[in-house]
Amino acid sequence: MGDHHGPAKGFGRWLFTTNHKDIGTMYLWFSFAMFLLGGVFALVIRAELFQPGLQLVRPEFFNQMTTMHGLAMVFGAVMPAFLGLANWLIPMMVGAPDMALPRMNNWSFWILPFAFALLASTLFMEGGGPNFGWTFYAPLSTTYAPPSVTYFIFAIHIMGASSIMGSINIIATILNMRAPGMTLMKMPLFVWTWLITAYLLIAVMPVLAGCVTMMLMDIHFGTSFFSAAGGGDPILFQHVFWFFGHPEVYIMILPAFGIASAIIPTFARKPLFGYASMVYATASIAFLSFIVWAHHMFTVGMPIAGELFFMYATMLIAVPTGVKVFNWVSTMFRGSMTFETPMLFAIAFVILFSIGGFSGLMLAIAPADFQYHDTYFVVAHFHYVLVPGAIFSIMAAVYYWLPKWCGNMYDERLGKAHFWLSFIGLNVTFFPMHFVGLAGMPRRIPDYALQFADFNQIASMGAFLFGFSQVFFLFIVIKTIRGGAKATDEVWENPEGLEWTIPSPAPYHTFTTPPPIK
Amino acid sequence: MRLITKQLASKLLLVFSRLMMLPVLLMTGGQVLAASDAAVDEAQRWGLNMTEGVTAVSREIYDLHMLIFWICVWIGVVVFGIMFYSMIMHRKSVGAVPAKFHESTAVELAWTIVPAIILVLMAIPATSSLIKIYDTTEADIDIKIVGHQWKWQYEYLGQDVGFFSNLSTSQDEIYGLVPKGEHYLLEVDEPLVIPINKKIRFLITANDVLHAWWVPALAVKRDAIPGYINDAWTIVEEPGTYRGQCAELCGKEHGFMPIVVEAMEEQDYQNWLAGKKQEAEELRAAMSQTFSMDELYARGEKVYQANCVACHGVNGEGGLGPSLVGSGITTGPIDNHINVMVNGVAGNVVMPVFGNQLNNIDLASVITFKRNAWGNNMGDQLQPVDILTFKKNQ
Repeated sequence: MGDHHGPAKGFGRWLFTTNHKDIGTMYLWFSFAMFLLGGVFALVIRAELFQPGLQLVRPEFFNQMTTMHGLAMVFGAVMPAFLGLANWLIPMMVGAPDMALPRMNNWSFWILPFAFALLASTLFMEGGGPNFGWTFYAPLSTTYAPPSVTYFIFAIHIMGASSIMGSINIIATILNMRAPGMTLMKMPLFVWTWLITAYLLIAVMPVLAGCVTMMLMDIHFGTSFFSAAGGGDPILFQHVFWFFGHPEVYIMILPAFGIASAIIPTFARKPLFGYASMVYATASIAFLSFIVWAHHMFTVGMPIAGELFFMYATMLIAVPTGVKVFNWVSTMFRGSMTFETPMLFAIAFVILFSIGGFSGLMLAIAPADFQYHDTYFVVAHFHYVLVPGAIFSIMAAVYYWLPKWCGNMYDERLGKAHFWLSFIGLNVTFFPMHFVGLAGMPRRIPDYALQFADFNQIASMGAFLFGFSQVFFLFIVIKTIRGGAKATDEVWENPEGLEWTIPSPAPYHTFTTPPPIK
Repeated sequence: MRLITKQLASKLLLVFSRLMMLPVLLMTGGQVLAASDAAVDEAQRWGLNMTEGVTAVSREIYDLHMLIFWICVWIGVVVFGIMFYSMIMHRKSVGAVPAKFHESTAVELAWTIVPAIILVLMAIPATSSLIKIYDTTEADIDIKIVGHQWKWQYEYLGQDVGFFSNLSTSQDEIYGLVPKGEHYLLEVDEPLVIPINKKIRFLITANDVLHAWWVPALAVKRDAIPGYINDAWTIVEEPGTYRGQCAELCGKEHGFMPIVVEAMEEQDYQNWLAGKKQEAEELRAAMSQTFSMDELYARGEKVYQANCVACHGVNGEGGLGPSLVGSGITTGPIDNHINVMVNGVAGNVVMPVFGNQLNNIDLASVITFKRNAWGNNMGDQLQPVDILTFKKNQ
């Protein structure tokens, strides 16, 4: 083992690299850039909603902000971040020298910046960028869309291709490149959750591609897939979109489950409780994600039989999700806990994600959903599952593995400060949204009735706190990369996993000969 | 600066005290605050929870919501309780020694089966409510609701009564030029009127994009979808004014198409209905009348405020739509102008086809208004009969 050859020099290193660590790093930086961009969009929204009336932006621009915020966060921030973590960690966790398909790996990353350049450029086009929400319901996104919608469609196609290639790579790596003796049921849960996520991606990304292609046909080639006037069906759009969309939201949370399952045992100093049940629960959630899509459509006027089926199926998701939470709590129970930054983020993940799960259960109840649907209650719900769920777990992962990646320890005091600022900012932003939603404030409106003013003001203040905390996060990460206390090879106290058996920072090439597996 | 800080501090204090009271508020449905009259506005301002509404269905949904909420709270208390107990008692700094256990099939089975049972218990009342909500048979009154960008159209089926309902909040209020009224953004020029204690069936559809018709106090929310007619029903028990909003993103003015429902005693409703029919009668008679320039201009200005201002601007300066000041339409041949208003613009889905949304008097007035306002000063005018002739000849 060792460096037969180091990385190439200059920009060419990054452009032509096939090294999983380089590509993982690029994914992570790209994701962070999109996170800040999507965050700026969010702050425009929160600034406008700081008080009733229209002060800063026009409604048409407000709609572009809600749309672009969603797209940038889902496709630009969360998904690439998980792919970055997968690239860095999966080969090291299964004892493989690299990803199975390194050249495709390069390609699946490098088309992403083009997709987002295309998407972001629409904001400067005549008629403005996409303004129909990240769910882009037809016919608002077809017959009534601004001309830039075509760029949006191509951007989605490129993102989809990137995700599919990334997933194929991950599956090929996990199934073929494990070190001898690394049986499936010995794999770390992060690897397991990513394996299942990758299958979900391969299953649903083509559905999204079909959906936007039908839009393209409707817009430019005279078809009427989604236009009632031409014999098409606007509800068909929603079925197709959510058949992609619901698995998609689990794509954004399953790897987070894997991260929490790695971090909590380390800082509880106790093995993960119920490893096998965690694997089965993940698989059950993935299966259920395919048969619950229409719970996003309870108010479209489905027949009652459909309504009941989707309500029952959705409620069922609470069972495997509950199993996971109970397992994490049991892992902590009678452990010997310390609370370094990754653990703080992981614990906040479990608590706040559970709160998002509770509101999810409430939303599953179809009759009650008639009151919740399309209100800020829904906005509160999915931000509680996505921000503490996906974003917090990614931050936890960065603090947890960064010393392994760059060889330096981050500053614990700064890390904790970042955690508390984010934690407070998040709750101040999103908790009041439950209240205004229940009190009757619809989502995606640029202006609101006076009774919603106070909680909106609080939410906006929280949003700015949360936003600026992430600039602080950037500072901490750069500071750590540039210097700091040297990390040991193990970094933490007896952490589990092959990645801790290699030196810190991880050499450019690792496991060129497979490690022995106990 | 100090003033702002002070305001901020008092606001935060208020929020904090409210949050402390949260459990009490939720348990009593906010009635603690509503106890004294002075606090009513305050309670509405800090509204925390779903309305109980004014129908049997809305109350049932409220009860269901609270039931599930409390089940979640108790699960949360138990799970987070154990978590915090561990975090406090089992920390390395107090000398905790980690246990070795890491699996138990019995426990896993228990926490799979027990939640499943709780879910079944939740599903039973939910199913029964849903069945009630879906029973739209045997209605006393049928009202067709059509969503347009960005207004609602109501039609009382079999009664020959129908009208559009537009936002009546002024642009000046929205842009902060004048103080905002009590019902800012939740007020319309013509509310939907229904009698109490009658089963009203709503038949909901849309003319352009998706909309959703939602009135929280009635617990009715249904998507309005072009090509589909969705149905929903309500029986309102108390007279009153109930306000709601469009709940499905429908474009630029999505936040500006509210719904107002006036529920009244049967007799009042009948009077209103008779008045409406009378109005329609008078309108028909007026179609053949000749109006003065001033009458046309004044009426046209109102029509403009309700229908055109969102895209063409308060002073015709344009926005989403083109400017009307000195434009080829407003200062060009008048037939062309009528054509655009009656038939819309080919290939432009944003400009509505007003021929079937406005009556001939309104069309004649608004065209006259636009040709003479903002320095256009064309000096020409139209009578309703001109619009009628135009429609006949095309």
